[in-house]
Amino acid sequence: MGHMGIILSGHGLNKRFGAFQAVRDASFTLAEGEALGIVGPNGAGKTTLFSLIAGSLTPTSGTIVLEGKSVAGADAASRCLAGIGRTHQVPRPFLGMTVFENTLVAAQHGSGLPEGEAEDLAAEALSRSGLLASANRPAGVLGLLDRKRLELARALATRPRVLLLDEIGGGLTEAELVTLVALISDLKASGLSIIWIEHILHALLKVIDRLVCMSAGEVIAEGDPQTVMRDPTVMAAYLGGMKEHA
Amino acid sequence: MLDAIIQGVLLGGYYAILAAGLSLMLGVTRFLNLAHGDLAVLAAYLIIYLVATWHMPILWAIVLTLPVMGLLGWALQAFLFARTMKGGFLLPLLTTFGLGAVIQNGIYGVFSSDVKSLGNFIGNLAWASWKLPGHISVGKLPVYIFVASVVVLVSLQLLLSFTKLGRAMRATTVDEEAAELSGIDARRIQRATVAIAMVLAGLAGAALAMRSLINPYTGPTQLIFAFEAVVIGGIGSLWGTLAGGIVLGIAQSLGAKISPQLFQLFGHVVFLAVLWWRMKGAGSLGIVNLLRSLKGGRA
Repeated sequence: MGHMGIILSGHGLNKRFGAFQAVRDASFTLAEGEALGIVGPNGAGKTTLFSLIAGSLTPTSGTIVLEGKSVAGADAASRCLAGIGRTHQVPRPFLGMTVFENTLVAAQHGSGLPEGEAEDLAAEALSRSGLLASANRPAGVLGLLDRKRLELARALATRPRVLLLDEIGGGLTEAELVTLVALISDLKASGLSIIWIEHILHALLKVIDRLVCMSAGEVIAEGDPQTVMRDPTVMAAYLGGMKEHA
Repeated sequence: MLDAIIQGVLLGGYYAILAAGLSLMLGVTRFLNLAHGDLAVLAAYLIIYLVATWHMPILWAIVLTLPVMGLLGWALQAFLFARTMKGGFLLPLLTTFGLGAVIQNGIYGVFSSDVKSLGNFIGNLAWASWKLPGHISVGKLPVYIFVASVVVLVSLQLLLSFTKLGRAMRATTVDEEAAELSGIDARRIQRATVAIAMVLAGLAGAALAMRSLINPYTGPTQLIFAFEAVVIGGIGSLWGTLAGGIVLGIAQSLGAKISPQLFQLFGHVVFLAVLWWRMKGAGSLGIVNLLRSLKGGRA
C-alpha cells in the first residue's frame, strides 16, 4: 500500500511510567479502510498504545500522525474531533444519563456537526449499534453486551475516521460475538479504518486484514494474520503470557 | 412551632441558592470551593457598593454584578483552580481556603469591618409581611427569595437536562476522561461550571445582604451552611440541595425558637446526625459520592 493510503501511523512510540516501560519503540501503520488487529499477552502495552493514540496519555517519545498531520499537542477532545473514536475494554457509560443522551453528548461535542444534525447522528449511531430500542433507558441498567454496544455507539456518534476497539468482544457469549463480528464487518465495509485489540482470535480473524502482536511493550510481529499467529516468537510470547495468568 | 417551620423552609431557599453553586462545582470539577461563602459575600459587597455609592437601583446592581461574578469564576478556574486540580485533592482545598482569606481581608481593607446590609435600600420589603391565620406572619422577602431559589433550581435542571452544555457537564461529572474521548473539552466545561457557580454565589450574596447584616468575615459561616445543605440533601442532587437547605433551615429556626443562641447548634446537630446515618450505610450513597468527589479524578 502506498503512502497516500495511510490514515494513521505511529513512529517510535515510547511510554514510561516511572521505571516501568509500558510501550517500547512501537511503530505501526493503518491504511485507509483497513482493519488492523492487535494481540498480545496481558500487560503487553496494547491499551496504553490506544491511550497514546486517543490522547489520554502523552508519549514519552515518538510521534503519531493522523491523515498526514502530527497529533502531538492535540488533547483527547481535539483528536476525537479530528476523527479518532475509541471504545473501552471495561465500558464507561455516562451513568445517570439515558442511552440516547450518552450518544447525543458525543455527537454534539465530538462530531463537529451542528446541533440539529447531531441528534440524527446520535440516533443513527444507536441504530447501527443495535441499541435504538433502548434509547430512553438509563445507561446504568444496561447489561454487558448493551454496554459494549453503547461504547461503540458513542464512538460512532463522533463520526470517527479511525475506530479503536479495545477488547470489545471480551465477556460476550458466542451468539453475541457473531452479532458483534457482523456489526464490525459492516463498519469496515462502510469505509471506517479500524484497530481492534482482542483476545478472542476467531472473532478477530473474521474481520482483520493485518495483525500486530505486542509483547512487553514492543511490536514483535506484524503482517498477514495467519503468518503472525504461526510466528514462533508470537507463540512463545503468548504461551509465556498465558502461563503468567493461568 | 408552625411559624418556626415556615421560617425554616423559607430560609432553606436561601441555602439552596448558595449550596447549588457549591454542589455543582463539587460535581463537575471535583473539588470543594472553600471560598464559596466568601465569594458570595464579595458579590454582596459589590452590590452594596453600587447601590450605596453610585445610587444604582438595586435590581440593576444585581444584574450588573452577576455577570461580573460569572467572569470572575471563569477566570478563577482558568488561571488558578485548574492548575491546583492537577496536584491531588488537598491542593484545591488549601488554595480555595487561602483565596477565602484573601477575599475576607480584601473586603476588610476596602470596606472596613463595619456591618453592612442592603436592608436599608429595599424600602419596606425588609419588613413587609403577609399575615396568615393563627398569628403567623410570613415575610415577603423570604418568600421572594424562596421563589427565586425554585426558579434557579428549575433553570439549572433544564440546563443540565436539555442543553449541549448541560449534558457535557453531566458527562464530565461521571467520567472526565471518557468525556474527553467523546470530544468534550472538559476544561472548558469546568470553566463554564465555575462561572455558573459564581453567578449562583452572587445571587446568594444578594439574598443574604437583603435579609441580614454582613461583615467581611460572614463568608465561612455561609460556606458551612451551604456544605451542610449539600451533605444533608445528598451530593449531586439538585433538588436534594433544596431539601437539605430546608431541613437545615427548619432545624435552625426550631433551635432559635428555644433560644436564639441555639440557631446554629441545632443545624449542626442535624447535619452531624444525617452524616452519621449516612456513614452507617442507610443512605451511604451521598457520603461515598462525597469521598469519591474529593479523592477521585486526578490523584
